[in-house]
Amino acid sequence: MSDHLKSNVIPPSRQREAPRAGLTWIGQSMMRVEDPRILSGKGGYIDDITVPGMAHAAMVSSPHAHARIVSIDTSKASALPGVIGVYTGEDLASVVEPCPSFASPPITQHAMAMGKVRHVGEVVAAVVAEDRYVAEDAAELVEVEWEVLPACVDLEASAAATGDALLHPDDRESNVALDESFAFGEVDRHFAEAHHIVKRRLRWQRSSAQAIETSGVVAQFDPFKGGYTIHANSNFYNFIPFVIGGALRVSPGELRIVPVLTGGSFGSKVFSHKIIILTAGLARLAGVPVKYIEDRLEHFTNSDSHGSDRLYDTELAVAGDGTFTSLRFTVLDDYGAYLQFGVGTHGNAMAQVTGPYRIQSFGMRVRAVLTNKTQQGPYRGFGSEVTNWVMERMVDAAAEELGRDPVELRVQNMIQPDQFPYMIPTGNIYDSGNFQKVLSEAQTLFDLDGWRKKAHAMRAEGRCVGVGVATCMERSVYGPTEWWSLNNKETPGFTLTSTPEGITVRLDPSGKLFVTLNSPMVGNSPETVVAQILAERLTVAPEDIVFNYSDSQSGFNGVGPQGSRFTAMIAGACVSASIRLEEKLKRFGAHMLQRRPEDVELRNGTVAVKGLKDQEKAFGEIALTSSFFRLSFPDGEEFDSGIETTAVYDHPLSTDPAEDRSHLGIFYPIVGHICHIVAVEVDPGTGKVEILDYAAVHDNGTMVNPRTLAGQVWGGTANGIGTTLSEVFNYDETGQFTNANFAEFAMPTANEMPRNFKLGHVETPSPFTEYGIKGGGEGGRLGAPSALTSAIEDALSDRGVKIASLPVTPPILRGLIRSAEQAATR
Amino acid sequence: MTTVSFELTVNGRLRKATVPARMLLSDFIRQELALPGTHVGCEHGVCGSCNVVLDGKAVRSCLMFAVQAEGSEITTVEGLARGDDLHPIQQAFWEEHGLQCGFCTPGMLASAQELLAENPDPTDDEIREAISGNLCRCTGYEFIISAIRSAAVKLREADTETTLQPT
Ligand code: FES
Ligand code: FES
Repeated sequence: MSDHLKSNVIPPSRQREAPRAGLTWIGQSMMRVEDPRILSGKGGYIDDITVPGMAHAAMVSSPHAHARIVSIDTSKASALPGVIGVYTGEDLASVVEPCPSFASPPITQHAMAMGKVRHVGEVVAAVVAEDRYVAEDAAELVEVEWEVLPACVDLEASAAATGDALLHPDDRESNVALDESFAFGEVDRHFAEAHHIVKRRLRWQRSSAQAIETSGVVAQFDPFKGGYTIHANSNFYNFIPFVIGGALRVSPGELRIVPVLTGGSFGSKVFSHKIIILTAGLARLAGVPVKYIEDRLEHFTNSDSHGSDRLYDTELAVAGDGTFTSLRFTVLDDYGAYLQFGVGTHGNAMAQVTGPYRIQSFGMRVRAVLTNKTQQGPYRGFGSEVTNWVMERMVDAAAEELGRDPVELRVQNMIQPDQFPYMIPTGNIYDSGNFQKVLSEAQTLFDLDGWRKKAHAMRAEGRCVGVGVATCMERSVYGPTEWWSLNNKETPGFTLTSTPEGITVRLDPSGKLFVTLNSPMVGNSPETVVAQILAERLTVAPEDIVFNYSDSQSGFNGVGPQGSRFTAMIAGACVSASIRLEEKLKRFGAHMLQRRPEDVELRNGTVAVKGLKDQEKAFGEIALTSSFFRLSFPDGEEFDSGIETTAVYDHPLSTDPAEDRSHLGIFYPIVGHICHIVAVEVDPGTGKVEILDYAAVHDNGTMVNPRTLAGQVWGGTANGIGTTLSEVFNYDETGQFTNANFAEFAMPTANEMPRNFKLGHVETPSPFTEYGIKGGGEGGRLGAPSALTSAIEDALSDRGVKIASLPVTPPILRGLIRSAEQAATR
Repeated sequence: MTTVSFELTVNGRLRKATVPARMLLSDFIRQELALPGTHVGCEHGVCGSCNVVLDGKAVRSCLMFAVQAEGSEITTVEGLARGDDLHPIQQAFWEEHGLQCGFCTPGMLASAQELLAENPDPTDDEIREAISGNLCRCTGYEFIISAIRSAAVKLREADTETTLQPT
């Protein structure tokens, strides 16, 4: 181990339930508990919420990328019948403070612009009216006078901009909001000693999750009844009162956030704090409950969830025998107009930046650039999807420059199965893995050798067919140091280190388990997962478990589905709760059976005497007796009525970043591995890519539900296909967002998906989580872009086309082919 | 505001309405009829999450005015289940894991109904084609395709005359 990592000691495992064969419920593809109500149309999404006296908001949005607001005239809008009020940024600022920010020092952002706008779609005024139609009519009557400022659209130009082109002159003297450099290990020495250095400039362009449901809020304010009641489709409802209480000028306890079923997030609804602050402020100003649901255009232009938009200058140091020794890059990231999460997406990427390879050191300079675009937020991968692609691009480049087979070069450099837990140069660990096994299963599933021969033969016939292989990491169970570990160490900001997940379980006198969750359903399967784990641990039937979601006042400790954390974290909470319930059940049950607690065990939903067949008490009978017949038990607190517990599980394995940032600590240690192999054919005339064959093998540790995990892999892969082949946000030179609609922002339909997708799983359990579970919500998007890019480059290898930027839409790819043709004839 | 009065049948029930002439069918169904199962994802005719079955065809309710549905018969997702029993297509979506967040699902179910009424034994490519106007951001479509394939079998086995109209 490199010296710089010696102080980063791996804590002992807190695993209580060992991974093992022969489990009853864990590992079953149980049908989802959530589905019947959703399938029948009774899910209860945010737009299904109505409260008495509710009014509707519509927004007036900026048509300019960068402009001063000279004046706003709301008189005509206010006069329209049905309008309750029209409000500007100044009005809103009379009831709310600026939005919270993880950037440190913060970049000021108001939920509604004041003074100037910094991107197209930024809200400058809002109408509250009796219905949405009237509100939109009135919004069109609001007159705004603008003084247009120079728009920063290009990443590198914006970094150098001055004067009126500065976005936040009050907060920063440059459009580079953060510029930090790091060396983890002996980067300079490794590069000085390298036999070969591979260099590439790589570009990843912006897109976003675009869940089919937009973000929305229903907010009520009552100063005499304890503050705000807010329905929101935020992923983070139990934490967010602490994040936004200050902005709403109430204590977190005066903020009741009620969760709803969420129509997809993929990160885009992780916080959703701006829309909550905006709608809540409007409700307070208007004195009536207000509903605001973004329309699709507003979701594109103002929901602060654009994905990574990066330019990398990357170098890989390679020894004479092909061993990778060090990786370094300078990265510029176009964060858009604000910096809500600091450079958390780069912090995230530090979890697995060196991929599955034994690379001894890593260096980075990260520069966060502000431009006149909608600001970034999370999107499936949260920045690691980009570094996965960068790493795999560099390996393919190395293979080409060294004249090596790309798969063989990967195998040579892979971490070996006996090296886990393995600490990478940034300080994060990979808990367990068997990358060689994942690769070999994928090769078999795909018939890689056969396909390579076939592709070769097809190319000889003049067809552009190629095969690509990617071997990537899938970090899961996130720790929150990623939000701040790359901030300047003098001004780290809010140095959060907790990501708890809680659960309440009550055994009802009827014998049902009533479970209260503290994180919402966003398309994942929180109830199904918990049903399977509690059924396993408490020997009950899943259908005897009933679900309920807390609100932020009744709930306790939930961080929500993000960073592929929920399944592993809630499993920990389920085990803690089960241990306590088991103890209680045994105490009551043993008394009823006139035995000692150590002589009984849980068996098929009963407390039963060990070794004896018919000596048992059903949980229902125990719960009934303990709830209604107190006198059947001895005096003493341990026999207090009822069987209930609340349990919290903290992050299973994390350490602090080193003070001098020579490492970043352990923060994302439950790490899966994925191998995607794909064959494509490119039509050189149109640049269109057709997927001919696709295999993916994922190792997410112990699988709780193979079917729902497969759904995550499929869905993530679809996102990755879109990212690679069709999805990009287009901005023109004035900062207009020109394809902010579903017709022109081309997400894959069923027709774009591979016809014969083959999915395999390897199960290498985690030694640190309960039952060895790892998260698996992001893998598809973490692997697909690398494999597809590689396959396309292989397909066009005879034509000398190199892919250094994503996406490669048909026109872009056609352009690359044409330039290569021209270069060849010149 | 100009209002119009009209009648139509929704999920087997005759409904009379007086609404502003410009009210979209999607808003009418969700707000006036209080049937929130029909979802609105884009309001510009691309995503298909607002699809309902209107006189046997899956249509975009966000692209029609409510008044244009005068005299028609509409089935929304709420009209599919019989009491406690999910419709065979819903059941197949459940069994095959054809939904994650469920937001696109009512529209998918509408497209599937139209397809299976016209073509009781579709190929996978025909299923793909039938749902190619429905966006799903969660599933990657594969399990939706399996669900529709399985629903076709269920419906053929049940020998249901039509999958469309509630009785
Ligand atoms: S909401 Fe009607 S097609 Fe998208
Ligand atoms: S299931 Fe979420 S959009 Fe289809």
